Amino acid sequence: MSTVILLAVTGLGLGALYFLVASGLSLIYGVMRILNFAHGAFLTVGGYLGYEVGVHAGVHARSWPVFVVMLAVGAIAGTILAMLVEILLIRRLYQREIEQVLVTVGLGLAAVALVTGIWGPDTRPMPSPSWMARTTSIIGAAVPNVCFACIAASVVVLIALQFLLARTRYGLIIRAGVENRSMVAALGIDVRRTFTAVFMLGGGLAGFGGVLTALYNSALSPAMGDSLLIFAFIVVVIGGLGSVTGSAIAAAAVAILQQFANYYTTSGVGDLIVVAALAAVLLVRPGGLSGRQVRLA
Amino acid sequence: MTATDDALRQPETAVSMTQPEGRAGVQRLLRRMAVVAIGVLAALLPQLQVSVPGVLPGPTWTPGSLQLLAVCLLIGALAATYNLVFAVTGMLSFGHALYFALGCYVFAMLLGHARLPLVPAALLTLCIGTVITLVVGLISLRVTGIAFAMVTLAFAQAGSVLVLRNVHGLTGGEEGLGLVPAPLPTWLVGVDNTQNLYWIALAVAVVVLAAVGWIVGSRAGHVMMAVRDNELRVRVLGIRPYVVRLISFTAAGALATLIGMAYLLVQGGANPQITTSSFTLTLLVMVVLGGLGSRWGAVVGGVTYTLLDQRLGVLAASEHVTTLPAPLRVPLSQPTFILGALFVIVVLFLPGGLTGFVARLTGRTDNAPLTELSEAESR
Amino acid sequence: MTTAGRQDQAVRPESAGTILSVRSLNAWIGTQQILHDVTFDVADRGVTALLGRNGVGKTTTLRALLGLVRREGVIELASSRIDGEPTHRIVRRGIGYVPENRDVFGGLTVAENLDLARRHALKRHRAVTRPSRRGDRMSTCGESDERVQLVDRLFPDLVRRRGQPAGTLSGGQQQMVALARALLNDNLALLVDEPTKGLAPKVVDEVADALEVAARRTPILLVEQDLAVVARLADRVVVMTEGQVAHSGPAPEFLADRATVRGLLGVSGGSR
Repeated sequence: MSTVILLAVTGLGLGALYFLVASGLSLIYGVMRILNFAHGAFLTVGGYLGYEVGVHAGVHARSWPVFVVMLAVGAIAGTILAMLVEILLIRRLYQREIEQVLVTVGLGLAAVALVTGIWGPDTRPMPSPSWMARTTSIIGAAVPNVCFACIAASVVVLIALQFLLARTRYGLIIRAGVENRSMVAALGIDVRRTFTAVFMLGGGLAGFGGVLTALYNSALSPAMGDSLLIFAFIVVVIGGLGSVTGSAIAAAAVAILQQFANYYTTSGVGDLIVVAALAAVLLVRPGGLSGRQVRLA
Repeated sequence: MTATDDALRQPETAVSMTQPEGRAGVQRLLRRMAVVAIGVLAALLPQLQVSVPGVLPGPTWTPGSLQLLAVCLLIGALAATYNLVFAVTGMLSFGHALYFALGCYVFAMLLGHARLPLVPAALLTLCIGTVITLVVGLISLRVTGIAFAMVTLAFAQAGSVLVLRNVHGLTGGEEGLGLVPAPLPTWLVGVDNTQNLYWIALAVAVVVLAAVGWIVGSRAGHVMMAVRDNELRVRVLGIRPYVVRLISFTAAGALATLIGMAYLLVQGGANPQITTSSFTLTLLVMVVLGGLGSRWGAVVGGVTYTLLDQRLGVLAASEHVTTLPAPLRVPLSQPTFILGALFVIVVLFLPGGLTGFVARLTGRTDNAPLTELSEAESR
Repeated sequence: MTTAGRQDQAVRPESAGTILSVRSLNAWIGTQQILHDVTFDVADRGVTALLGRNGVGKTTTLRALLGLVRREGVIELASSRIDGEPTHRIVRRGIGYVPENRDVFGGLTVAENLDLARRHALKRHRAVTRPSRRGDRMSTCGESDERVQLVDRLFPDLVRRRGQPAGTLSGGQQQMVALARALLNDNLALLVDEPTKGLAPKVVDEVADALEVAARRTPILLVEQDLAVVARLADRVVVMTEGQVAHSGPAPEFLADRATVRGLLGVSGGSR
């Protein structure tokens, strides 16, 4: 029983990370029809810049306020990077969607290489409040506190996103844009600004997630973005492109499935099962769980 | 009377569609002769003392250079097979590396663990690779577009995971699987025989490029392009796009398996890096870099990328770079950074890639950016 | 009563009475050229009907005016050129668009569809538009607005269904949403594309009623296949064949000429 609890909570913690990355990816695809392969880079850069803050905080390094600042810096770094990418690169390729995808691929490769160049390829521990390193006992299971932090953070993000989408004009435009962006333009709304905003939002979420990912893994490494990205893509597709709720459900499901399978069978099988689940979902419902039919270009 | 009908009728490339018949015939002949000449030159390289300082580690008859050239040829051919999937049939597959890696790893396992002799192992590997490609294709092609891309990515990721987990010690995990010399004939083993490996790589590349060219030029190839451009029209003609895509996918995968086997021989081992999605992404980079729509573009892209990757790696470790001030040193010490940045620049400013750039200089228009590919057919 | 003569009269852009002037409009979808040198005017009063058989390019014309397809030519709205501008800017100058397939946002409620369409709200209230609580006013921010009242009056059914996702509405109701969207703003002109397509006769009448009311305040360029509706609403007609304008002139005269009608439009008659 305690194992089940442990697996479930660590699974939800992992799912929280998937959600943070997948929600941004999903909105970016829904509105802009771009598969953003640079998303992993946003996560990695956010993580590393957050790390720098933590490391340079001196005596205050392991305090909660510094931790919050690290999260904020990660988010801001991701947002700014995304803004630069969108304005300088993506916009120039407006309506050339395949080229936009290609540019993000190149960017993803280049950014990770740059990070490796600056900080080196080795993993580093992530500074954090000492509470994070401890565990809490739940019905006999020693659950790492990091998981609670990740889960709490992503729940807050989920609620905030739902509020943004349901209650603000920007959210309205995004929801409409996911359905039919040319009609949104035909209503007099400048969709290009929406693109930048959505891209920045995704970048911020990813950067925020980068700090948490490094914590969850207890290690910061240049490759962490890319390994998470693949699973995030799977979550996005299973959950339905353009659907934040879908991403949340799929993220939790995929992560928990992965954890349980990896534990009860051999390590690695969990990853395979996730892949099989993706194939199964797509063959049955090509629009993913949320059922929306979307196609490339 | 649309362009697609024209495409289905004439086995010509985009260039000759825009020019009168006679000139097209002469051009085709010239191109064929140029290709043959290059092929002959390539075959003779090991006997020559051509030196390309900075690009090749030594004159062309040295093992180091031959190895590099062999790898270039194989990767170029692999890019050409990816071109068949992506540019010709319009399928954005993120898992093409899987079949290449299959060829490499399965061949290594059959030779190493099962100790099969060369020829049976080769044939069996080819069969297994083709069957697996077919099965993956059967499943993945039931969806198109993004869903297809994701499924192929997922399958490739599954393969990568399997390899890395080193199930029963079969795949060697992170360290890769070395090539066991015992079942191999002596003329394939040892540094002295590097030129034999080079010729094998050349032979495989020639076979693959000929096969790809034959497919593209055949009626099947034109149906593939028609499926890419206008699925509805193909259906109206009574052809099922699913079957066409499956044929293209499987053919490309089988050829990739073949290349993978040769790669194993040339490299002397299988490395898990070739199973990663980053590797397929670099295939995509090569094809776009070289120029979409032409298998020669893909080859150019593949060869250029491999050379750059190698040489940039050497450059990064050299004194020229290590003595630079930090802001310059850091980016230059990472070959992937330069390649990624180069790729971004090519996509932004050189649609049509390197070959497109050259073609524009010489006034021809074989290649076009991807989103104009469908328009190119009707020009 | 030659068509050439009629067209000459319409050509002068300075003449009082033209809200939209189109000169030598060419348009492409992909690489296929749909419109060839299309030239016509839309009067600044009443309804100008754009007629033609299926596939001649009527919808493409409307989309070209809005910049939704690749186009070249001279297009003037109230004597200033809009042919180089992006869609959203053209729309903000004052064009309301009611597209052929309604294009309502299925996942959004009726109220949200209308909120999205309101251009004034964006200018004056950049912050959150609070959807009003249970009540039968559809206005946002509790502001009384003459246009909103007009819409409420014209479409009481929509008021009742304000919280309903637009995707669950019937075809006729979705058409009402599409119309309401265009009427919520002060527009210089409305582009309306086959509003009665696929609707039951009773609903067709309701749509025609709404258009009639709308036309009293805003000139309309109306693409329509239903000649009964055209006869009821249109003051002028512009007839297209194969991507070009074949005839333009007053509506009653054109419709009375059965032979020309049959020749240019195929089988004449009422709704489909």
